[in-house]
Amino acid sequence: MRVLASLMLIFFSCLMVQPSWGDGGLEPLLDKLPTASFREKSALFSRIADTRSENGLAILRAVASGDLYYRKSDRRTVFATRDEGGYAITDSLTGEELGVAGRRDVKKITINNALRGELKQLIAGFKLKSDKTSERIEAARSIINDPSVDLMPLVSKAIEEETNTDVRAVLDLAEAAIIVTDKSSTVAQKKAALSVLGEATDSNVIGLVSRFTLKDSDGNYLEKEAELVSSAEKALETLKAKQSFYDLIQNLFFGVSLGSVLLLTAVGLAITFGVMGVINMAHGEMIMIGAYATYTVQLLMPNMIGTSILVAIPVAFLVSGLMGVLIERLVIRHLYGRPLETLLATFGLSLVLQQLVRSIYSPLNRSVITPDWMSGSWAVNGMLSLTFNRLYIIVFSFLVLFALIMLMKKTSFGLQMRAVTLNRKMASSMGIKTGWIDAMTFGLGSGIAGVAGVALSQLTNVGPNLGQAYIIDSFMVVVFGGVGNLFGTLFAAMSLGMANKFMEPMAGAVLAKIMILVFIILFIQKWPRGLFAIKGRFVED
Amino acid sequence: MTYQGPFLSALLGERSSRWFLAVLAVVAVAVPLMNLVFPQDSALHVSTYTVTLVGKYLCYAMLALAVDLIWGYCGILSLGHGAFFALGGYAMGMYLMRQIGDRGVYGDPVLPDFMVFLNWQELPWFWQGFDQFWFAALMILLVPGTLAFIFGWLAFRSRVTGVYFSIITQALTYALMLAFFRNEMGFGGNNGLTDFKDILGFDLQTDSTRCALFVISAVLLAAAFVLCKWLTASKFGRVLVAVRDAESRTRFMGYRVEHYKLFVFVVSALIAGVAGALYVPQVGIINPGEFSPINSIEIIIWVAIGGRGTLYGAVIGAVLVNYGKTYFTAAFPDLWLFFLGGLFVVTTLYLPKGVKGLVADSGLLRKLMASRRSEAGG
Repeated sequence: MRVLASLMLIFFSCLMVQPSWGDGGLEPLLDKLPTASFREKSALFSRIADTRSENGLAILRAVASGDLYYRKSDRRTVFATRDEGGYAITDSLTGEELGVAGRRDVKKITINNALRGELKQLIAGFKLKSDKTSERIEAARSIINDPSVDLMPLVSKAIEEETNTDVRAVLDLAEAAIIVTDKSSTVAQKKAALSVLGEATDSNVIGLVSRFTLKDSDGNYLEKEAELVSSAEKALETLKAKQSFYDLIQNLFFGVSLGSVLLLTAVGLAITFGVMGVINMAHGEMIMIGAYATYTVQLLMPNMIGTSILVAIPVAFLVSGLMGVLIERLVIRHLYGRPLETLLATFGLSLVLQQLVRSIYSPLNRSVITPDWMSGSWAVNGMLSLTFNRLYIIVFSFLVLFALIMLMKKTSFGLQMRAVTLNRKMASSMGIKTGWIDAMTFGLGSGIAGVAGVALSQLTNVGPNLGQAYIIDSFMVVVFGGVGNLFGTLFAAMSLGMANKFMEPMAGAVLAKIMILVFIILFIQKWPRGLFAIKGRFVED
Repeated sequence: MTYQGPFLSALLGERSSRWFLAVLAVVAVAVPLMNLVFPQDSALHVSTYTVTLVGKYLCYAMLALAVDLIWGYCGILSLGHGAFFALGGYAMGMYLMRQIGDRGVYGDPVLPDFMVFLNWQELPWFWQGFDQFWFAALMILLVPGTLAFIFGWLAFRSRVTGVYFSIITQALTYALMLAFFRNEMGFGGNNGLTDFKDILGFDLQTDSTRCALFVISAVLLAAAFVLCKWLTASKFGRVLVAVRDAESRTRFMGYRVEHYKLFVFVVSALIAGVAGALYVPQVGIINPGEFSPINSIEIIIWVAIGGRGTLYGAVIGAVLVNYGKTYFTAAFPDLWLFFLGGLFVVTTLYLPKGVKGLVADSGLLRKLMASRRSEAGG
């Protein structure tokens, strides 16, 4: 697993790009910018674009958004952002930070509307010619968002030159988007363009197409050509169907994501409950300890945030696991056969642990930095994008589950653990050291909780109450799925995660939670020992 | 009732119950008297703050009684009893809210302040009738009772026991907390209900009203104690203990275990609801925090400290722990959770019978009794 993780790390560090500063040829152009007339500026902008440098793009963008200034004292062009008492300025050529300048010390490089249109084209063209597929797609998408006739020549040229089919498809859409918004296009052209748009998977297209189906206050279509209205409606229908399909997928993704978090937080609880019949109320605090372990590891290696999270996984497992063994040896062992008392004692421990963390780390929430390779999102297409951190957590939780299943089925420890779950006395008679199994199981369950804390630290802030927020949901998973069967936990976690996410938009987060609780209360009417209870003969007393 | 005669004599014949009721009576008379009769600078004067504080402890004690009734005698560990307490409190709070009338900040004659603030135009249906005390009093019993009945019926019928039951009750109170935190629920959201003015026409700020509430709390605590004692001393109580010690065996003997459990669960919820209703006018506020799972679980530790299954132990535990809380949170706020957590661990590990057990086991009580008996004999 470590190998896989480090491979991933290498892969993603390759993807990272450093902006390159100090390209040749820009300097003379920038020197002229502060004094140039609008006509001269136009020429200067296109020459800046011709340098094809990252820096040139940044400068053009800054001009377009009104963030490029020059310093009156030495006529240096600078990027400026509003700051207290003036502007924080950075040299546009070297990227050197020049501190804060007063309002009167700098002056904006002004543009007019004509120039603004030109800049837009230049920026789009800049990116359309990029070497990277992802940037070309991004550029084409931005044209769909904001189509304008001025960009038509650029787009047509890009379509001719483009060899990558994915980029072609987006460019075709961009072309169609320009055609439908252009007043001078013919009806036939627009109709063809509408059918192209109808094939798209991009949520921005919906807005474009629906313009044709707008009605005035009398209920008449604003669009005079009935032919266009009907083809727009047809296109809209397929687009909306697609949109709702991808919304469903998005919801499924959120559901699986929540489900995998629940799986991570509940699986340790299910194991300890299955083997020892005790509920560990301090389980949530084990999660919290794992999260704080992540935070601490990150503090210890501030220059290697990307690696720290991978280091934190074994650290959190060990810290929480050892804490679990300690608790078992010191407290739970003495309360054997008294599950309710165990529940109370572990609850007491959870209070102590919370206060301990509060005393050590302060009661305030701490935030763990998300490493670069986990931030951002994966845009599957124009209608669906999935965030990386959730994707990784899903993968991670399944890896943990897989490792656990292997441990349970393939190792002698797992065999002994299952034996104790089924019949403690018999297992003991066969020579299994049940006390040792208890301690190890408790350590394992707590360790997994710690690992869950690592995952949670990527989703929420780390605070003393972190564990509490998840503990009741985890209990629900255990009650629903039954104990002693990992697949029961998986199924329960996933279905509760899904149910939560699908009910949330309809009923709101709180009502969804309440409804799930009511469902579980009704559910245990029929299956009091959970969905996947171990079959066997039990007498409760 | 033919049972009452022997029961009463049995109750008063039991040394612990006699002591308990006697001490309670002394407190109920002495504290208000010392507050009202002695002037402020007198050494014997009890401040109104203390009256309210002890009154609060009495409400907690009643809540502890309710928990001891089901946990100590029937083995039902409810981690959600705070919910019934808070529901009773909310019912009382709604009555007190309606009593404010047009004296609120916004001066609306009907709508409570928070509803005006939320721009509501009329009173929601579930607030109707709460301007009448008799209706509110009915609701104080009815709401927790009904919830306990439905919840208990569902749970006990399907034989949800042990830790499963505990977890589900905890989820119940957690869900209620989330619900009451919502402004849309119409119970004041985050801030809850507060700024009460008077109850049945008596100003809540005056010493005499506070003392009256104190006495009522003490009397109702005594009544709850006698009720619980009566229940547990009867044949019904013996069945409860049988359920606690061997549920399946009791069932096999032909008892409808779930009916016994349901009945005692509902009675316990009613007592908790009344305790909550007495609590709210004394502390002057009720908010969703009362539903939080930790509050409910704290009740369990009161009972465990005092010694479960004795009733008076629960009362002693509630007063002791809450006194400790008042002291610690003022003197060493950081240490309180360490102390409380430590209490949980130490009590469950070393004091399975609580403080009462500690005293009894050390033989202190037995020696005392023996010496007395010999004195009486000689």
